[in-house]
Amino acid sequence: MKLKKSKKIKKRPGINDETSAVSDEMQEEDSEDIAAVPDAIRYDEDEGEEDLNPELKEQVGPGHRLLGRGHRSTRLEERSEAALLVSEFGANAEGDGAKIELSDLLPTASKKAQKQIETLKKSNRTLDTPLSRQETERIHRDVAFQKVATEVSQWKSVIQQNQQAEQLVFPLNQEPSGPKPIEHVVAGWKAQTPLEQEIFAVLNANKQPINNPILTPAEEESIKAMSLEEAKIRRAELQKARALQSYYEAKARRDRKIKSKKYRKVHNKAKRKEMLKQFDEMVKTNPEGALEELKKLEMGRMQERMSLKHQNSGKWAKSKAIMAKYDEDARKAMQQQLEINKELTQKVATALNNDEEDEDDEEEADTEEVLPDFVNDVEKAGDASNPWMRGKLTEEEQEKEQESKMAEEVILLEDEEEMEEEVNEEEKLLREFENRRKQQEEDIVDETALSEFTSIIRGLTQKPEVETIVDNSTPLEEGLTRIQTLEDTEKLQETDISETAEPEVVEIVQADETAKETSTKKAKKRKRNIELKEVITKESRVVTVPLKVTTEEVGEEDMEDEMDQRGLIKEAFAGDDVISDFLKEKRKKEDAGKPKAIDLTLPGWGEWGGKGLKPSRKKRQRFRTKPAQAVVRKDAKLPEVIMSEQRDKSITLHQVSSLPFPFENYAQFESTIRCPLGRTWNSEKTVKKVTLPRVVTQLGAIIEPMGREELKKSQQQKAEPHTWKKWMENNIGDII
Amino acid sequence: MKVKVLSRNPDDYVRETKYDIQRVPRNYDPSLHPFEVNREYARALNATKLERVFAKPFLASLDGHRDGVNCMAKHSTNLSSLLSGSCDGELKIWNLTKRECVRTLQAHEGFVRGIVVRFCGTSFFTVGDDKTIKQWKMQSPGYGEEEEPLNTILGKTVFTGLDHHRREGVFATCGQQVDIWDEQRSSPVRSFTWGVDSFSSVRFNPVETELLASCASDRSIVLYDMREATPLKKVVMTMRSNTLCWNPMEAYYFTCANEDYSLYTYDMRNLEQPVVVHMDHVSAVLDVDFSPTGKEFVSASFDKTIRIFPKDGGHSREVYHTKRMQHVICIKWSADNKYILSGSDEMNIRLWKANASEKLGVLAHREREAANYNQKLKEKYQHHPQVKRIARHRHLPKNIYHQAKELRVMREARRRK
Repeated sequence: MKLKKSKKIKKRPGINDETSAVSDEMQEEDSEDIAAVPDAIRYDEDEGEEDLNPELKEQVGPGHRLLGRGHRSTRLEERSEAALLVSEFGANAEGDGAKIELSDLLPTASKKAQKQIETLKKSNRTLDTPLSRQETERIHRDVAFQKVATEVSQWKSVIQQNQQAEQLVFPLNQEPSGPKPIEHVVAGWKAQTPLEQEIFAVLNANKQPINNPILTPAEEESIKAMSLEEAKIRRAELQKARALQSYYEAKARRDRKIKSKKYRKVHNKAKRKEMLKQFDEMVKTNPEGALEELKKLEMGRMQERMSLKHQNSGKWAKSKAIMAKYDEDARKAMQQQLEINKELTQKVATALNNDEEDEDDEEEADTEEVLPDFVNDVEKAGDASNPWMRGKLTEEEQEKEQESKMAEEVILLEDEEEMEEEVNEEEKLLREFENRRKQQEEDIVDETALSEFTSIIRGLTQKPEVETIVDNSTPLEEGLTRIQTLEDTEKLQETDISETAEPEVVEIVQADETAKETSTKKAKKRKRNIELKEVITKESRVVTVPLKVTTEEVGEEDMEDEMDQRGLIKEAFAGDDVISDFLKEKRKKEDAGKPKAIDLTLPGWGEWGGKGLKPSRKKRQRFRTKPAQAVVRKDAKLPEVIMSEQRDKSITLHQVSSLPFPFENYAQFESTIRCPLGRTWNSEKTVKKVTLPRVVTQLGAIIEPMGREELKKSQQQKAEPHTWKKWMENNIGDII
Repeated sequence: MKVKVLSRNPDDYVRETKYDIQRVPRNYDPSLHPFEVNREYARALNATKLERVFAKPFLASLDGHRDGVNCMAKHSTNLSSLLSGSCDGELKIWNLTKRECVRTLQAHEGFVRGIVVRFCGTSFFTVGDDKTIKQWKMQSPGYGEEEEPLNTILGKTVFTGLDHHRREGVFATCGQQVDIWDEQRSSPVRSFTWGVDSFSSVRFNPVETELLASCASDRSIVLYDMREATPLKKVVMTMRSNTLCWNPMEAYYFTCANEDYSLYTYDMRNLEQPVVVHMDHVSAVLDVDFSPTGKEFVSASFDKTIRIFPKDGGHSREVYHTKRMQHVICIKWSADNKYILSGSDEMNIRLWKANASEKLGVLAHREREAANYNQKLKEKYQHHPQVKRIARHRHLPKNIYHQAKELRVMREARRRK
């Protein structure tokens, strides 16, 4: 039986530590069994079988007897007891050649042993041979190793976490700097003197804090109700809302001050249109309101008809009328006035504009245009004085009702009302922000393209199997030159240039020969390479800076002077015709780029050859490969430009020639290159975030090896998932 | 009449104190800052160039030993002390900030084979060729007192290595067998043998503190558990390993320095094959030590160079050598991750920077920011050929250069076959 068990265990080493938990448990049981075996053997030797620990018996099973016996026979010599008689080797058979019988040993054995001997006598089965020492040792080793391996594997999560971490700070278990809270300091202290005890009794009776001397239970409750972080978020959001509102107000104010007539005209037109639209909607949704509005409009029209405004009867109009004969502008102005009148006195929907009567009205209307709706909502009675409290982002039906009720109650409970409204508004704001936050949640994904990418890389390097660590280190380029100054690095580059330059030349020579093939090949090659142009996906826009006109109006004399100068220049460069030179050059380039016909005719083959004999036309035609269609040049339609479509060698030196290791496609790689890191392009916060060093060590601090605490920490971290709220807590500062 | 005047809020441009930097209003409109990739590339290139120019890793050499330095030990609680033992049995304690020897004692007859400082830092153990283990006080003896060990244990055979448990009063020695000793007893608590070979080094696992590993002269590495009666596992390699070192941050990884010019990182749970093979040395690797962050390790070689490898990289990121440095026998990475200490044949201990171009001392905030930015730029553009070329260029002594070349050719040939 023992043997069978050991066989089972021998198979174990094949099983990985990542087998299911069930098998692990089994294993542990097994290992306990085995671990117990040597002890059992020792017991056996020292005290005899009858004293065998019953627990051990259970663990070892019925086979224990056999194993014990095997050992006893070999090792009994070492017994230190002075009991020669007990030993079977000590029992002498009478006479030479006689064998020891079991009965010779009987009288010395106890009753229990005698029974066992009897049962042994009955059974004829021989015992299994015990395992050899090497064998048992190997079993022990294997079991122990499995145990250790599983034990060690619990560090796996910690190790993986550290590998994926954006930043590691060493030493690992640093105590938070800064003063400790007093309760921690005082915790160990106890009341001893009677006075102290009395005080504590009083404190106890009044539910005052003792161990935590800062917060009373009530305070703690309030803290529980709203955590500091939540309060912070709330405050920040309110702040933002206020900022927004003041921004709108400022904008409106600015808008009001615009004096341009044209602007106003356009503005009013737009507004009118808008109003029409609104009115149409109102007719559908809220006919009563529409009716009221209509009435208003009617009133406006009546007023307009009554007044003399826009009738060209005022002082200004009269003065214009005098001028109208000669001045077209004046005529126009008068015409406009009349038009306005016509428009305003028109009936119904088209004559909507009633607020052009006086300047103030107009201004208000303007503000309406820019401000969000809430700014112009009916002001509540309570907070007319406080500009901050006017703001409302969205309005719900219920709240409307509430407000109407409150309006009825009027100013009776001014203060209370104020408070309530404040709360309401705050809540509305918060709701708004909640929505916005949800949106941002999606946006963040885009925002952190770079960090995401690094995580991808890390994800690549960290694969499920522990054994596969991806090696991305490349050998050092060791040479005999030493870099000591910047010039040395330049030299390094130069040597590099000379090395890489040669293959390029070869490529070009080939290109001349078979144009079409190479052109396609080149295209492929180009695809394979990563070009700087492609890496910069965002086209750099040309900045147009309005140049200040530096030349004054040129007088006639100056003109003459200039002409003279031009003439001088012409004279000076009479010889070289720049334009024609350029054209020639361009033509040359074009020709060079064109694919040429290749004549492969060999004289003499299939006909007479010799001096003065030319191969026949037929033959020449046959062996002449036609040139492929020339690819249309990019500058074909640009007469003043030469665009070279060949690779720029000076740039290729700086370009990445093949996809570097952890990346799977070009887009990935390019995306890492694309986003800049520096503070020229990013805000201070993002720069800080992006340039976070991987490993931070403290100056002069001893970094201890990892301890058990880390294991616990990582398990805790695993237990509580990373929530969105947490992210908000950390980044609320950035958002606002 | 209203007069319009240019007016600015002084809050926008006035510094609070004259020590503040000038406020620079920024406009992040991308159209105003074109060519971002090209400009950053140029910056990255400059940063790599400067890194190479400022790469001056050698800081100091501590001379005083009268024979080759055979072993060293870091102080467990003090960054500025270092212990070193030489081949003539002399032990020296150094003050690294002052770069001078503060105490010398004749610890053994013959080689000092191993030194280890107790975790508390008040005493240290040494083993030597005279078959003794000695415990010494860290404090130097007072005036008139004799330099005497606290305890001396006379063993049966020569001890070749020594290591102390991280938290308990237990240490391990190796020689003919691996012994676990209790500090209070004069005979080993446990001794492990597996075959008849002798061991060259033994190391406790700093994370799973009950585990040990040792290098045997039969080309094997053996793992032990202090609590078990038998060794755990053994892996036999093609050539002998000289020393090994556990990763202080990753419980189941260790790296061994092999005679076949390379280092092997193993996962102790799966010894069938190494996780990474680190090769670049051109002669036997004699010692290895992990950085306390567990990200890199440093190796000392018979080829007179020191190399720094990333823990998961097959090739070194840095090679240190000087004309005068001979075979490097022992190496340590300081506990603050800043320095590397090497002891070599020609009786000197050398102090190196772990990061060759790093500026030492306290960095101003802006300096640190700039360094971080440059580092990130270098990382970002590391695949661009010019940056790569400059960043990876190293000077090597002629003979090592040629030897490396030869080895490369040999490897290629073997692969072709």
